[in-house]
Amino acid sequence: MEQRPFLDFLETLGPPAWVPEWALWLTAAGLGVGLITTIISLIALFSIWLERKVSGHIQCRYGPMYAGGWHGWAQTIADGVKLMMKEDMIPTGADKPLFVIAPAIVLSSIFGAMVALPLSYGFYFAQMDLGIFMILALGSTTTIGVVMAGWASNSKWSLYGAMREAAQVVAYEIPLGLALLVPLMALGTFSLLDASHAQAGFFGMNWAIFQNPAVLPAFVIFWVAALAETKRAPFDLPEAESELVAGFLTEYSGIRWSFFFLEEYAAMFLMSVVAAVFFFGGFESPLTWAAREAFGSNTHIVVQLVCFGTIVIKGFIGVFLMMWLRWTLPRIRIDQVMTMGYKYLTPLALACVLVAAIWEAILSLF
Amino acid sequence: MVEAQKYKPSMQLSDESRVLPSGEREFMLDVSTADLEVNMGPQHPATHGVMRVLLRTDGELVTGAQPHLGYLHRCAEKIGENVEWLQYLPYTDRYDYLSAMNNNLGYSLAVEGLMTGLEIPRRATLIRTICAELNRVASHLIAYGTYGLDIGAFTPFFYAFREREWIQALFEKICGARLTYSYIRIGGVFNDTPPGWLQEVGHFCDVFEDKWREYYDLLVENHIFVKRTADIGVISAEMALDFGLTGPMLRGSGVDFDLRRDMPYMAYGEISDAGAFDIPLGRGEKGTLGDCWDRFYVRVAEMMESIKIVRWCLDAIEPGPVLGDVPKVIKVPAGEGYVGIENPRGELGHYVASSGGKVALRCRVRGPSFTNLAVLEDLMPGTLLADSVAIIGSTDIVVGETDR
Repeated sequence: MEQRPFLDFLETLGPPAWVPEWALWLTAAGLGVGLITTIISLIALFSIWLERKVSGHIQCRYGPMYAGGWHGWAQTIADGVKLMMKEDMIPTGADKPLFVIAPAIVLSSIFGAMVALPLSYGFYFAQMDLGIFMILALGSTTTIGVVMAGWASNSKWSLYGAMREAAQVVAYEIPLGLALLVPLMALGTFSLLDASHAQAGFFGMNWAIFQNPAVLPAFVIFWVAALAETKRAPFDLPEAESELVAGFLTEYSGIRWSFFFLEEYAAMFLMSVVAAVFFFGGFESPLTWAAREAFGSNTHIVVQLVCFGTIVIKGFIGVFLMMWLRWTLPRIRIDQVMTMGYKYLTPLALACVLVAAIWEAILSLF
Repeated sequence: MVEAQKYKPSMQLSDESRVLPSGEREFMLDVSTADLEVNMGPQHPATHGVMRVLLRTDGELVTGAQPHLGYLHRCAEKIGENVEWLQYLPYTDRYDYLSAMNNNLGYSLAVEGLMTGLEIPRRATLIRTICAELNRVASHLIAYGTYGLDIGAFTPFFYAFREREWIQALFEKICGARLTYSYIRIGGVFNDTPPGWLQEVGHFCDVFEDKWREYYDLLVENHIFVKRTADIGVISAEMALDFGLTGPMLRGSGVDFDLRRDMPYMAYGEISDAGAFDIPLGRGEKGTLGDCWDRFYVRVAEMMESIKIVRWCLDAIEPGPVLGDVPKVIKVPAGEGYVGIENPRGELGHYVASSGGKVALRCRVRGPSFTNLAVLEDLMPGTLLADSVAIIGSTDIVVGETDR
């Protein structure tokens, strides 16, 4: 079944007969892209503000308090304006085309991955049967952008950052994928929307984590690998400001730098939502269950809003956890990242897959 | 205009390309890689100021390191030969700006050593001890916080600054300055403590003992931190003695030597005889004896010992004068002398020579940071880039003192 939410929506408006079909397609695409960019940018902006407040309160200070009035809510906007006003600098000797393209690749791959992210049962940009593959594939594409940025900067520190990113990507992508296999097996689907359906149950608590004993350890592995995927502490080696000045970001400033920044926070949210969808029930919560019981169907507007609220809150719980870890833990060394990825996480993830498979096989007997 | 460097491995036909017996030509590509020379500093977050370390790296592996100094040279020693004895005091604040009280003390003791017949009042001695030890705590708090930053943990830095702020506020009450005090001066201290100050110091000691536990759990015993610092940058006891290391750098290698106990000055001999404080030593608890963790542990443990000394002084202090009988314009009798004191970073020595005038004939300083820095060149090759940052951090240098 082909899913075309925006096109369907436009057709329900009843466009005049003289409008050609390609114009409808383009409008639908523009609508989708505009909406997704806005939503993700807003989430990223909020995350940046949240990071400052969280880090501030962890470190016995307040964080921003002035811009905008209430607890410095407009600080990120003010910073964004400042960054846009800055001089556009490309260092001498930099590889200009690559230097310019790199932030675009990083940002667009993360925003592209967001397409596979459903925001509620009836509100999604694309219904993909292999949605999680799309997210993982586009999520790793950011690495290309980072390596490109490090190379193009013509700075030795940037090059170190790029080398580290390229080295560590292999170490954590494998356990990341393997750990995700476990809930995929328990839920029996690759689609994020179906994963949510598969976790609907009494009181909205039939989460994957309660369906199979291997899912909880798999989540721990997934979370560690996701921290590395998003380049967050304790795996922020490509950036590593005390060692590499700012790693691959050293030569970037202004709007291009802010693209990398936005990408980091969008990726954090993306990874948290993936964790929420495949491990912690997706849209399902006691509230969703109650709303569905009261209004009868998944497509009712109130149920949709509850679903949306649930996934955003679950996502931000994950984002908060990442921030908490970042402001608590020291950074790991590059060889320790590799050792952990290859020697510990990968075999453990494989063991989880095995246990999950056996468990599912036994369950299928009854 | 410097030609922009491109990092391309040179790919060319090797000389070894040869014609095989079958008549075919065998091509061998000579893909060579070169060591990357990179300047760590003078503007780099890990060099704690404006020091430059010229690194040779093979990928992440450091194959050579050469520290370059002099970016903060201010001719402090030469100035010491051109200004009056007392006027030089503010300059001493500025070499190790994190422990200005100790610098004042070192210079004052050196000059007082030449001034025969000058009595330092008992109260002044004890106030000096309290200030020097509080300053040691403040300085080690910076070492603790910035070492956390070097390893990648941000939060301990802010925790350390919370207590350091309090110490600075205490110093502000006693002398009006927060960083460059010039409070301990030739003949005693500048003025008496304000009312209630000693009680507040006692209160600080109580609070600090609680907080110290927090620091310990947050960073010292942190698993990742231990993994990053244990077995890294190992200085054996022999090597430490060969390089003339002093202070926590030496004690981290297990050498039991502290000027406060072994060459006592001021009231330290008395305090040491009373058994009021211990000398923490590196024990190789988490890895090899003399690694980065040991040095860091010694600093953290020393903070508690300083608090014990402060408590002893608070018990012993009695009202009395705080400044000995020194004239407005000091004239030091002819002679020369060297006094070394235990700075937070090691032995801070002052050598002063006088010809009997208002101005020093010679004024030389032996800075612990400068001597401790020398070990970097031997310590860093063979480590990873991240380890080299850990090693620089563990030497806890203050660049103002290496350059003076």
